[in-house]
Amino acid sequence: MSERIIVIWVGLFMLFGILALLTLAFKVSGLSSAIGNDGYNLTAAFDNVGGLKVRSPVSLAGVHIGEVSAIKLDNVQFKAIVTLKIDPKYQQLPIDTSASILTQGLLGANYINLTPGFAHTVLKNGGIVQDTHPALILEDLIGQLIFSLKSPGGKK
Amino acid sequence: MLILDKLRLLGQVGLELLMSLGRSGLFLTQLLIRKPQFKRSFPLLIEQLYFIGVLSLVIIALSGLFIGMVVGLQGYNTLNGFGASEQLGQLVALSVVRELGPVVTALLFAGRAGSALTAEVGLMKSTEQLASMEMMGVDPLWRVIAPRFWGGFIAMPLLMVIFSAVAIWGGYLVGVVWLGVDGGTFWSAMQATVNFNDVVNGIIKSIVFGGVVTWIAVFQGYDTVPTAQGIGLATTRTVVYSSLAVLGLDFILTAVMMGGW
Repeated sequence: MSERIIVIWVGLFMLFGILALLTLAFKVSGLSSAIGNDGYNLTAAFDNVGGLKVRSPVSLAGVHIGEVSAIKLDNVQFKAIVTLKIDPKYQQLPIDTSASILTQGLLGANYINLTPGFAHTVLKNGGIVQDTHPALILEDLIGQLIFSLKSPGGKK
Repeated sequence: MLILDKLRLLGQVGLELLMSLGRSGLFLTQLLIRKPQFKRSFPLLIEQLYFIGVLSLVIIALSGLFIGMVVGLQGYNTLNGFGASEQLGQLVALSVVRELGPVVTALLFAGRAGSALTAEVGLMKSTEQLASMEMMGVDPLWRVIAPRFWGGFIAMPLLMVIFSAVAIWGGYLVGVVWLGVDGGTFWSAMQATVNFNDVVNGIIKSIVFGGVVTWIAVFQGYDTVPTAQGIGLATTRTVVYSSLAVLGLDFILTAVMMGGW
């Protein structure tokens, strides 16, 4: 084995190490989301996003069609503005599509489910989903249940 | 008198232990504290990086793949029991980056590279190559030991990050590609829970392990009894001591980094 080949192998080894470190930094620990910018964006305002996170999936009829790319707070209305990045294959979403935040399984992560409407006009890039349903917070539900159990003589 | 004999034996064993500890400490300081000669040492270091690092790549990558796949499979079956299989990504990534990556890499490294280092240096000593180097006015610590030590010290963190990346990919392969966990959730649950700090802590661990394992390996080789049996014993001791040191230090480092102290 000549000196040259050894040096090349060591260089490759270093390169692998650096690549693996970059993978760990960006892909695993999410130092920044280095994902492609293709796809088109929709925004939706929610009262409460619950445990929704950036990169949570967006699905329609159970099929994965995109992911959440940003979650911000609107300072005027105090609503969460969620940006959805949708696969450009599915550009035919009707303008009265509704978005709801659901949970995968009982304890699972939150995701956004889109329910298409019946209008003929379609949502364009940067369009706004008007009809939104906030996340169900388990604690709130339990609170309501306990409250209604405590006052059985209340209104029926 | 029998009791006195036993006591004497115990004292002798203790003294020998302390003496070898002291010798290894002196050895390390002699190795570390010296005038750096980058230009002349560099080719030697590259050669050792090749033998220690590049030749360990295959076993490290393969074990990483299988460990990631096994963690993925076990994690999926357990998490699926209560409908939380979406959290698989975070389970795989946290266990690999925090513990399995540094520790398993260090154990494999001790078996693959540490034992080879000891045998190599030990044979050099018993065939009096080290002594003849000294006769020629070449410092064997500089020519033979230092490149091996630094090679292992540098190679270990690199091997560890490669191991971790491959293991997480193995978990992805089993969880997402074969068992059908959602890919987006797999990565997003992982990124939400793994901090960059976890990665840095894993790297710190593997730097410490790299230093300790190669230190033990080259010292055992340098300090070996120059016979065939002595080399065998030294090689065994390298693997045993470095495995114990890695596991013990892992607990201490984890306790310190988790903020226990």
